[in-house]
Amino acid sequence: MNSKRRTFLKTAGGASSIAIAAAAGLIKPTEVLAVEWNKAAFEAKGVPDALKAVGAAGAADSKDILIKAPDIAENGAVVPIEVTSKIAGTSAIMLMVEKNPSPLTANFDLAHGAEGYVSTRIKMGQTSNVRAVVKAGGRSYTAIKEVKVTIGGCGG
Amino acid sequence: MAEPMKIRATMEGDAANIKVLMNHVMETGQRKDAKTGQVVPAHFIQTVIAQMNGKPVLEAQWSQAVSKNPFLGFKVKGAKAGDKVNVSWVDNHGDKNSADAVVA
Amino acid sequence: MKKLLTALLGTVLLFGALAANATPEQDRKQLLDYYKNKFPNLKFNDYVNGALNFNPDALSQYFSIMEFPPYDSELDKGKKMWEAPFKNGKKYADCFPNGGKNMAGNYPYFDESLGKVVTYEMAINSCRKANGEGEFAYNDMHNMGTLTAYARSLSDGMKMNIRVEGPKALAAYEKGKEFFYQRRGQLNFACSTCHVQQVGNILRTEYLSPALGHAAHWPEFRGGDTVTTLQARYSQCIKNVRAQPFKEGGQEYNDLEYFHSFISNGLPMQTPVFRK
Repeated sequence: MNSKRRTFLKTAGGASSIAIAAAAGLIKPTEVLAVEWNKAAFEAKGVPDALKAVGAAGAADSKDILIKAPDIAENGAVVPIEVTSKIAGTSAIMLMVEKNPSPLTANFDLAHGAEGYVSTRIKMGQTSNVRAVVKAGGRSYTAIKEVKVTIGGCGG
Repeated sequence: MAEPMKIRATMEGDAANIKVLMNHVMETGQRKDAKTGQVVPAHFIQTVIAQMNGKPVLEAQWSQAVSKNPFLGFKVKGAKAGDKVNVSWVDNHGDKNSADAVVA
Repeated sequence: MKKLLTALLGTVLLFGALAANATPEQDRKQLLDYYKNKFPNLKFNDYVNGALNFNPDALSQYFSIMEFPPYDSELDKGKKMWEAPFKNGKKYADCFPNGGKNMAGNYPYFDESLGKVVTYEMAINSCRKANGEGEFAYNDMHNMGTLTAYARSLSDGMKMNIRVEGPKALAAYEKGKEFFYQRRGQLNFACSTCHVQQVGNILRTEYLSPALGHAAHWPEFRGGDTVTTLQARYSQCIKNVRAQPFKEGGQEYNDLEYFHSFISNGLPMQTPVFRK
């Protein structure tokens, strides 16, 4: 997700005034950090629009993205998901739940040694593919895993 | 408001394994209050920043589909014991929270 | 004759009922053998995972979530409750042996002087009363549930250690056992129908858990954030079979819990846990 962002992360390499000011101790790094929330991407309905909104249209299927997710979610409100990207230079990992009203669930930008790995818990309204999108070296890659969601009876 | 988040940071090989449990209702804005029948407005963490020794290592943008009391796990290569971790979040109301930890 | 008797006994065991004249320890061993026979691959300590044992996908999710459970802040609330002094300056830890650590597995026990079963939750209330505080209602999950979710965790790892000694204790145990095997409600199910006879099968999309191991892991956070005590769960289950539930903290449930806990003797306790 790179449109309309102005963060320390992006300017870290360059000699921007923010970076210089931070380096000079005039402002603490935490103070300049503000990630902009990509409203358009989070409101996109359907996977093709969501992929377009995050600049990953035409992402290539990749076997180097491992999605660890249950076959059947015990609780659709708390579904543990882990994504490991073995693609060199992974700079972002996105999670989409294809059948959720707005598929894009999370975007993780990674830098300064953060590995191509994220773990979180998500809500799924119904059985759906969970799609991971990885950005690396200026290109996009994707993989899916189906997670079934049922509604339990008595609960035991 | 929000209770403090918990951070566990340990070394695993040459990478720091960071696990965070945040406290947030992560209301989707689609749920109806059982008593009033009114839709409960969306209230969820939108952005998260994790820093290691002052350098941002992870920046996340979330939707309301991240689970209540969100969990976040990530790994940072080249970290070492004693490194300082900070995780901060901002939600769609502009509420914030932040916590620090030291890599064990 | 003996062969016929043995065959009959076997039939009785096949249906999961326990012989009326057996000692509690014989009951426990019989049930253990019954489950071992049904599930030869389950290790004794695995029984604390209940129905999750029948579904590796579900068990894996459970372990993943238990690494850092979403109810963590509720536990903190429970801790604050436990550590807060009463108005008179005393604390819960003063009421219990070992400051409340490694002792929850001794509950319930039969109190000879009171002539009844005493549960851990009743001991909490006795402590409150003795120190000038009001008692918590046994169906008050907000207070009793949250407090015991933390307080019982001080005994994590302790093996369930219920004692049934003396005729009055035995009578209470037998009452609990009778309740467990008693059919009730419009569905006409007993606890044993699901948790002994049909254990491992699926009812309304859920695997049925063995009674062995049940009592070792309460309260639970069901659905992730709703704390539920064992006796509150009794009420839920009884309503599920369309019967009128009894009162939490009442004699029926206390005797049931006495029996129910005894059969889990030797299993390591863990509180609280996450269930869907």
